[in-house]
This record gives sequence, structure tokens and C-alpha cells, in this order.
Amino acid sequence: MKFIDEYRDPALVQGLVRGIQQRAARIGSQVTIMEVCGSHTQAIGRYGIRALLPNTIRLISGPGCPVCVTSGADVDRALHLARQSGVLFATFGDMLRVPGTGGASLQQLRAAGADIRVVSSAADCLELARTHPSREIVFMGIGFETTSPTVAAMVAACYERGIQNVSVFSVHKLIPPALQTLINDPALSIDGFLCPGHVSTIIGVEAYACIPAAGRAAVITGFEPVDILEGIFLVLGQILDGNKEVTLQYRRAVSPEGNKRAQSLLEKVFYPSPAEWRGLGRLPASGLAFTEAYQAFDACKRFPIPEMVAEEAVGCRCGDVLRGICSPLQCPLFGSRCSPAHPVGPCMVSTEGTCAAYYKYR
Amino acid sequence: MCIGFPGKILSISEHNVARIDIGGTQREVSLDILDEPVSVGDYVICHAGFAIHKVDEEIAREKLAFLATIIEQEAF
Ligand code: SF4
Repeated sequence: MKFIDEYRDPALVQGLVRGIQQRAARIGSQVTIMEVCGSHTQAIGRYGIRALLPNTIRLISGPGCPVCVTSGADVDRALHLARQSGVLFATFGDMLRVPGTGGASLQQLRAAGADIRVVSSAADCLELARTHPSREIVFMGIGFETTSPTVAAMVAACYERGIQNVSVFSVHKLIPPALQTLINDPALSIDGFLCPGHVSTIIGVEAYACIPAAGRAAVITGFEPVDILEGIFLVLGQILDGNKEVTLQYRRAVSPEGNKRAQSLLEKVFYPSPAEWRGLGRLPASGLAFTEAYQAFDACKRFPIPEMVAEEAVGCRCGDVLRGICSPLQCPLFGSRCSPAHPVGPCMVSTEGTCAAYYKYR
Repeated sequence: MCIGFPGKILSISEHNVARIDIGGTQREVSLDILDEPVSVGDYVICHAGFAIHKVDEEIAREKLAFLATIIEQEAF
């Protein structure tokens, strides 16, 4: 398969592993690298990348699974919206089994009769609105900068076509503010970051300037084994020569300036607003709220939501896992009370969740 | 849900929707948020029903060749 098979070539993989071993030996001390993106976590597990690395290199997983970083209160708000009469709640499938306070989930609501539909694209809401004119379509707007432009495109299309029975519950998150928080965290000492390839497709290279500014290495990395190994190889290179910058490994799919069209669509419909992250807390300008012109599409305005006090599942360490200070293996519930079939926390639900990836590839 | 993957454009409809091939399965993606022109035969990165970037074949080829050279010469 083109653009896949070449990046799984054993000769390239072995060559890069040798390069990594040599560079790690020259560095001599322990190196901690965080992969920010859930798709990286999943690929690292799937291809057994950890086992290929010298033991001085430690890979830790970050907050890059959108479902996982959604706060408990926001999960509860989604459940509240899905319960409203006349509402058809549309969501990406990953959200279905995420437990809210008391363990309730969208899946349970659906079994109890709520109209909850799984869509694979925000654009599917346009068709739902057309075929269900007497219903209120509420879309769960979740995801990072890769996904939010697709939601903005859907909202803009509704606006242009005068479609009125669609609104969005926006829990979108922005990656750079989360990185800044992780850099500032004294409990973590991260030497370098593998930056998320497809988020970068949209936001470009400059958006990560805070990483080298803090003296850490940054490499925008693709998702195949050769990409990930080259990303690690390049992080080590930056550490060796002391020259920290944002290197673009994933050039075939990322242009330095990002996707300008997607960026301007995003800016038209949304602006950065404070947001609550599971694990990281409330971060300024790290979520997306509707701009003046698109206010009418805000589901929280259309359906007033009461104050929510969320309760986390007892013993679940998702918050620490998302900050990179705890490995899933250190959670007492991992593999016993908590498994993909019976997830206690969101990190065990999504296939990109760190706990789910560790469970599947352990 | 964040998964992105490369697919080959098989056809483009008048509504700016492309039929793409991903390793044998076909899907439809909107081309509405791409910021460069694409045509049949091009590869695009697809995510959540949208193409988000054209895959730059030339850069991909050059980079792979460069990587192979470094490895061959053990120039680490
Ligand atoms: S293993 Fe389960 S309970 Fe433990 S942190 Fe992960 S999701 Fe939470």
C-alpha cells in the first residue's frame, strides 16, 4: 500500500534502530520523550517500538486522546443534552462508552431509549438535519485541531444553507496550551516531544515554538514505524548537538505554515476559550467557543445546562496517566477491575487511550 | 477518532466530495477544507470524513531516499 508499506520497511527500521542506539550511547544518560498524540501511543504499542529502543530511552504518553481529556463534568453535560426530549444526539463512536458520574454512559442512555447516533463525520449532521426536520440535532464537537475544522466546516455549511435544527456541544481542545502546561510541570522532566502529525497538518510548525523556547526538543512525527523511529532519532540529534528547534519529520503531510484554509474556517466559527481538561485542570485559551456570528449553533445556549458536579471513579488514575506522571501499569485497577470490556476510566475506552493501548499490546 | 490515513482519489463529484481508496476499501471524503487543488490519482490524508492535506509524493520519495543513504553510510 502506497505511503504505508514503505514506512514499514525492515531495512529502514533496523537502520534507524542502530542510529538510535548509537545516539543514545553518545548521550549516555536517560532521555524521556513524550508522544503527545493517542495515535502515536497506539502505533508505538502496535509495532512494539518500546522493545526496539535502548533502555536509556523512556517513552511516556501524553494527553492526546480527545475522549480521555474530556472532563467528567463535560461527559455529564453530554449525557444531559442527549436526554432532552426532541434531541437527536450525534457523536463519534469513541464517546459512547465513556463513563460519566456514577458510571452512566451514552451507550446506556441509548439502550434506555434516547436517540443517540454514531456518525463518522461531522458532515453527516447535514443529512440528519434534512431527514429529521422536526428534531434538534445536537452534535458532540470533540477533538483537537485535526477535527475541529471539520466541525467548523459543518457549522458554516448550516449557516450558509439556513439549516436551523443543528447545534454543537463544543468540548474541542487545543494542543499547544496543553504542551505549555506539561513543560511547566515540575513533576515531569521531558527532554523531547513527538508532536502530533495530523494536528500539525492543520496548525503548522510555528505553533510549537514554546517547546524549543523551553529548551526541549520537538519533532513533528508521522504514524508509521519508520516515522516514529525517525522522530526519536531526530529528538536525540537535537539533544546531542544542543540545538533545540521544531523539526518536521512528517513533511509529506505537513506544510510548515499548516492548512491555511482550515485555520481561517476555525477562526471564523470558533475562538479560543478557557477549558477544563481531565488531568490538567482548567487551562486558559485551550478550548473553542463560538464566535458572535455563530452563537446560535451553541448547544449550551439552546439547551440550558444546570450546574454539574462530576465525580471521578474511585481509584482511577486517568488524570495522572494523561499528565504522563503515571503509567497505566501503575494503576491498581489496570487489568483487574478495569479492562476494555469494563472500562472504569476514559483512558481504557478509546482505542487511542493510553490504558487501552497498554492493555491491548501488553 | 483522531486517526488519519492516506487514501488515493478515484473520482471527484460536483459537490467537491471525493471517492477514495484506502488499501482496497472505498470511502467518501469532503474536499472542502483542503487548501490546495487535487485531482484523481493524488493521495490525501483523510480524517473524520474530510481530506485534510494532499500527500506530497516528491517530498516523500526524496526523504525516504535520504534516510536510506544515511543508514547505508551509517552516518549517525
Ligand atoms: S487502568 Fe482504568 S482505572 Fe486505571 S487509570 Fe486507566 S482507565 Fe483509569
